[in-house]
Amino acid sequence: MFGNLTFNALKHDTLQNAAGYSMIFGGLLIAALITYHKKWIYLWKEWITSLDPKRIGVMYIVVALVMLIKGVSDAILMRAQQSIAISDAASFLTSDHYQQIFTAHGTTMIFFVGMAVVFGMMNLVIPLQIGARDVAYPFLNSVGFWLFAAAGVLLLVSLVVGNFNATGWLGYPPLSGIEYNPGEGVDYWIWILQIAGVGSLISGINFIVTILRMRCPGMTLMKMPLFTWCALGTLVLIIFAFPILTATLALLSLDRYLGMHFFTASFGGNAMMYVNLIWAWGHPEVYILVLPAFGIFSEVVATFSEKRLFGYASMVWAIIAITILSFIVWLHHFFTMGAEPNVNVFFGIMTMLIAIPTGVKIFNWLFTMYRGRIHFTTPMLWFLGFIATFSIGGMTGVLMSIPPADFQIHNSLFLVAHFHSVIIGGVLFGFFAGYAYWFPKIVGFKLNERLGRYAFWCWLVGFLLAFLPLYILGLMGATRRLDHYDASTGWQPLFIIAAVGVVLVTCGIGFQILQLIVSIKERKQNMDTTGDPWNGRTLEWSTTSPPPFYNFAIIPEVRDHDPFWTMKQEKKSQVAKPHYEPIHMPKSSPIGFFVGLFSLFFGFAITWQMMEISIVCVIGVIVSLVIRISENETDYYVPVLEVEAIEKS
Amino acid sequence: MTENIAVHHHDPDQEAYTKNVFGFWVYLMTDCVLFGVLFATYAVLHNNTFGGPSGKDIFDPLFVLKETLILLTSSFTCGLAMIAAYRSEKKKVIGWFCVTFLLGLSFVVLEVTEFAGLVREGNGPQRSAFLSSYFTLVATHGMHISMGLLWMAVFMAQVFRKGITLVTARRLTCLSMFWHFLDVVWIFIFTLVYLMGVY
Amino acid sequence: MDLPKDALHGTFTDYLVGFILSLLLTLAAYFTTTEHLFSKKMVFLTIIGLALAQAIVQFICFFHLSKESKPRWNLLIFLSMIFVIAIIIGGSLWIMYNLDDRTM
Repeated sequence: MFGNLTFNALKHDTLQNAAGYSMIFGGLLIAALITYHKKWIYLWKEWITSLDPKRIGVMYIVVALVMLIKGVSDAILMRAQQSIAISDAASFLTSDHYQQIFTAHGTTMIFFVGMAVVFGMMNLVIPLQIGARDVAYPFLNSVGFWLFAAAGVLLLVSLVVGNFNATGWLGYPPLSGIEYNPGEGVDYWIWILQIAGVGSLISGINFIVTILRMRCPGMTLMKMPLFTWCALGTLVLIIFAFPILTATLALLSLDRYLGMHFFTASFGGNAMMYVNLIWAWGHPEVYILVLPAFGIFSEVVATFSEKRLFGYASMVWAIIAITILSFIVWLHHFFTMGAEPNVNVFFGIMTMLIAIPTGVKIFNWLFTMYRGRIHFTTPMLWFLGFIATFSIGGMTGVLMSIPPADFQIHNSLFLVAHFHSVIIGGVLFGFFAGYAYWFPKIVGFKLNERLGRYAFWCWLVGFLLAFLPLYILGLMGATRRLDHYDASTGWQPLFIIAAVGVVLVTCGIGFQILQLIVSIKERKQNMDTTGDPWNGRTLEWSTTSPPPFYNFAIIPEVRDHDPFWTMKQEKKSQVAKPHYEPIHMPKSSPIGFFVGLFSLFFGFAITWQMMEISIVCVIGVIVSLVIRISENETDYYVPVLEVEAIEKS
Repeated sequence: MTENIAVHHHDPDQEAYTKNVFGFWVYLMTDCVLFGVLFATYAVLHNNTFGGPSGKDIFDPLFVLKETLILLTSSFTCGLAMIAAYRSEKKKVIGWFCVTFLLGLSFVVLEVTEFAGLVREGNGPQRSAFLSSYFTLVATHGMHISMGLLWMAVFMAQVFRKGITLVTARRLTCLSMFWHFLDVVWIFIFTLVYLMGVY
Repeated sequence: MDLPKDALHGTFTDYLVGFILSLLLTLAAYFTTTEHLFSKKMVFLTIIGLALAQAIVQFICFFHLSKESKPRWNLLIFLSMIFVIAIIIGGSLWIMYNLDDRTM
């Protein structure tokens, strides 16, 4: 019944033990704090079973921040190793462990920071921006989140029980096949991605229906805020790309568990097909990560320039172009796999084309700033940091889209520097800008500006120190995923500079943690009493901070872009007594949590080939959903008196 | 781009109907992409028989025609069930869905028989890349059908207990969309895998 | 029970016509193949055409796609999906056959 699981799985080397113990200790500490403050019931009622997208969004962000720390810890280990590893003896990490670290680093950052931030922001912002009270399927929203959380917990469990995947975050066969990696590592990774992937797909469907069908009266597509437009592009990518991931990982699983031959080295299998399929998902995935950041910047730049965004229509067309082009560039990830020049050239040109709509967006943001009244708040600083770092990343991307150039630098540190430039500069800086921008709306008070600025500068300088040397190293011939190298290469000084960069980034994170603590302590001085702390332009700023759980007592009607700005200009006088109606809201439900819990146990059980337990868990998921379908009263009405009371206060 | 925004019905059940049916359609589109990947894989690997049998050696066109006609008929009877549903004719709904269920079950039984035969001969999915991709594509469709049958059974019980309401009609609409979708996918399996394989 | 005004649903005629046409298209494809009516390439093109025709018939008769009122989101998302799988299948075939040629 216990499959392959033995006590050996708990045996690790010192460093892994330290990481595992500190994680368990941290978890226990948090549990103890919650118990001490007697908050378990509060957590269960108000957060775990909540179907409120504002709550679910916060939970996504919390997971993202915890996983960011894990991912950066991996980065610190790698930078430390590479800065000293001029021979085998100088290493403090074994090759095996190093390979697990870079695999975990990529997996964590892409799926549990990147995607978490995307869904977190969508949950927090979209319903408010479109004048809706909730998403299309509140229950499925909860299911999507708990599946994602289950996968995250499974990733953390893999730190302690057995070993994680060591084949890189994309798991190419034959290395990831059963012959070369028969252990639990690849299986952990497969099921983590499958469970998180299903969660992503469910949430993707949810938000597409929300945007297409739940906009408030008057908000046509061409009047939607740009964050929502970017989200729409992202969602189209999600719903069409994630099934590719699901199918491809399933095929790999069939090879591993049932001895099939999709990607094996003989019996007719073709490992190159895996590379092809996984990147057919992988390329849209990176646009899924970055498009919402573009949306955040559109909001931030317009607000802090006190100007309407320049070129709304061209921004929309740019989003549509980027979305479509994302599907036809994926071969640029494997120019060197052996296709003929014509094939490479087609995909190279398509890749270069994507730079055009992206450039349109950058120029539009800059034109928005031109002759605006600029406020250099923290979100605006993150935007300026983005312009610097993302542009470098984008340009190096176009450089690599030329196949002959790519043949020299494919899989070198130049590539690594490129994608970190666009992901950190784009996705992460975008998230940080959005975090600072919408924090007061969701939580009710502003973040400490000074500490935010310190964090920004540490991140920006740290990032440049950590990654500019990598561009140079790549051009000098350093490949990625090296755990040691020869001193005679002359690479070490650059690696040391990169390590200093990571230390600075860690200081930046330290400032961000400090910022949160200080802001909470000083919250009474920084309360957002108006709901509109930044003189905003879009509908979310028309609510209180935080908004009531139903968002809008009366669904707004809009006529224009930036509807809240228009409302403020027209200085609409309040109707003497607005006419409230009972508000239809979903009840909380624990079923989402249980689906997640069963999925977590399923993922663990099937990784260790505990077949009976796996089947029980699958049945558990099905039964939970059947119970939900059989429930009669899943919604309720908020009575008018209660709405009045909330609106008055 | 101007268009009408969804008018705000004040009946949450009516709103839920439109929203849920649309969302289910979006889900079906993602399922199409999943099948698309399996078709792509089959297209790339179908000649890799590694000394084992090719489609010509193992496909029986008449057998497959039988399966196809059974599934097509079940799609038709499912449509008849839905006409009855929109007229709130509870007995006819259950009746036609029972017919659909039996036809679907026959389809699955025939398919399992075909697979079992192949495995017995030593031509299971482990024999070659061609057979891996063939089995996976067809069995994924078969598993979808099986899920649909399970769904049908559960919903027949619901309809029996609760009758035809807007909520049960909505769920039946989604089920029927699922069932029709599986028949469309089968058209392509029939054509691209069996007919082209056997030529 | 009141269906929403924009709910798609079919008449008996829709389903009957769809069923009969699909039946004919299926049998046509079957006999084209088993009787080797044309050259291999022509047979393949014919049956693919028949399959596409049958899919369209079923989308109109069973899914009622033609009855959708504006905005035609179902149709738009459907066409987007077609675009995506055409690229995945077509692109994968082009890439993989190319690689096969040059590396295997």
